[in-house]
Amino acid sequence: MWKYLLKRFLLMFPTLIGVAIVTFVLIRVIPGDVVELRLAGERGAASEEVIQQERARFGLDQPIWKQFAVWIAGIPRLDFGTSMWTGSPIWDEIKLRFALSLQVAVMATIVAVVLAVPLGLLAALKQDTWVDYAVRIFSIAGLAVPSFWLGILFILAFLIIFKWLPPMVYTPFWVSPWQNMQQLIWPALAVGYRYSAVATRMTRSAMLDVLREDYVRTARAKGLVHRLILIRHALKNAMLPVLTVIALEFAFLIGGLVVTEQVFNLNGIGMLFVQAVAHRDYTLIQALVMLVASIFIVVNFFMDVMYAWLDPRIRYR
Amino acid sequence: MAINTRADIAPATADLAPSARWWAAVRDFARHRTLGAVGALVVLIMILVAIFAGPLAPYDPLAVDFGAMLTKPGGAHWLGTDAFGRDVLSRLIHGSRTALLVGFGAALLGATLGAVLGVGSAYFGGRVDLYLQRLMDVFLSFPLIILALALVAILGNSIPNVIMAITVPMIPRAALVIRSSALTIREMPYVDAARAAGFGHTRIILRHMLPNVVASYLIMLTAFLSQAILAESSLSFLGLGVQEPTAAWGLMLRGAAVDFAEAAPWMGLFPGLSISLAVFAFNLFGDSLRDALDPKLRTL
Repeated sequence: MWKYLLKRFLLMFPTLIGVAIVTFVLIRVIPGDVVELRLAGERGAASEEVIQQERARFGLDQPIWKQFAVWIAGIPRLDFGTSMWTGSPIWDEIKLRFALSLQVAVMATIVAVVLAVPLGLLAALKQDTWVDYAVRIFSIAGLAVPSFWLGILFILAFLIIFKWLPPMVYTPFWVSPWQNMQQLIWPALAVGYRYSAVATRMTRSAMLDVLREDYVRTARAKGLVHRLILIRHALKNAMLPVLTVIALEFAFLIGGLVVTEQVFNLNGIGMLFVQAVAHRDYTLIQALVMLVASIFIVVNFFMDVMYAWLDPRIRYR
Repeated sequence: MAINTRADIAPATADLAPSARWWAAVRDFARHRTLGAVGALVVLIMILVAIFAGPLAPYDPLAVDFGAMLTKPGGAHWLGTDAFGRDVLSRLIHGSRTALLVGFGAALLGATLGAVLGVGSAYFGGRVDLYLQRLMDVFLSFPLIILALALVAILGNSIPNVIMAITVPMIPRAALVIRSSALTIREMPYVDAARAAGFGHTRIILRHMLPNVVASYLIMLTAFLSQAILAESSLSFLGLGVQEPTAAWGLMLRGAAVDFAEAAPWMGLFPGLSISLAVFAFNLFGDSLRDALDPKLRTL
């Protein structure tokens, strides 16, 4: 087990370094750089000398490998450099916005699990009845409706039916939970519906697979109570693939929020990313892409660890 | 004479047999997988609408008419007009071109390049496989939309570039799935036989491996179609995909849909419905196709 854990842990690093290299190179291929863009915005045409000076200030005149080395060296200390657009430290830019996006992501996950597990279970138990069809159509629709459009629909409905809009200014949870929820529950629902659709489908098919297993038949033959078989034998085994899907979707959720945050005017990681791309803010894009990819890699690691813990066949392979 | 007639008939039946078999398969699919057939029908209608967008659309999708700004649906404009007085229905019809072009372009490119990489990786194994897998791991760590956004920023936002930006994140996803089905095929006796017969790598890959991963390829392809349509509409919605004044569904939802929520809710309603219907149809068809081709892959 420990050997497997160590191996799996070490395997994260080549991927992380690869992600860092790809991100770094990708960003520097973007035409136009932040210095020109910002100076052009400030006072029309800046002189060549000023541009060179600014470049030097951000280390953009250094050879690319040196820029990379400086950047990598800072990461372990949570020093991602300073934003090339606003000039403040990247970590300060990200911190608050990350908290917001994370809160929406966690809420969306709760929405998804609360919807998906009972619905998927129900559909599997009533396979090929109208209940099953209804659940399946509900979940296929969830995959089809873009979450940003669902958000727009919410806003349309509030405005037209209730003449009300969710608050557009962010209030942290600890300041006013009520205000905070009023604003964030809608994006969480919009994103959570799609998320739940993925999980519902997985719950249903995993349940169907497990219900056909020999041990479920044995349990039934032993005369165990139906409910006990479902919970102890079937659900427990069916949850593993469902958990995987939920974890993977969660890891990608920050990306999925990019568009939905725009609809609800939420100043989260997604909106920051879109702004950073528009401003060619190298350091900020780098840090954000790195952050999102790292979340994915780390979540994946924990999923594998959990699998190994729950399923001895994996750890002894 | 008798020999002659037989020679005449033989090629005719040989010609007919595969197409007849194909028809039988289509009929079979329609009978046993009604939902999938409905999806396929909607897709077909959409393709026709996209092809005949010119004659079908009642107005020029780009024609600005300030006399008819924000007209309600009905009469002259069935689905109303937008803030520039452009006919929403015409823009939706022309938007289907953008959606299908990007959808099919990115899905075909992504699944095909992924298939080549996946099959190659599985066939050669060893170092090649190891390095390719690590590289794929790196690219799989980026959420699709994040990578596509970064790529669009590099490439610029013309339609071919949007297709490219959506294709790149799809390649590793296809490669992963197709590699795993190619791995089982590599162990088949006929691949060994082909190698023993002295065939070259190219021939074995093209003639013996690729035809046997077609099922996974088609499954990936249909899944990618809907993902690409969603990705295109997301990019366009963010203003980083297809640019005005081109008609694109995501673009039609941008800004105006929320700004004029009260005055013109139809602007936010219909483009989103189109996206959802398109993705819904592709998903229905793809799901049924997957069940028909490979029941084991039900939960991909």
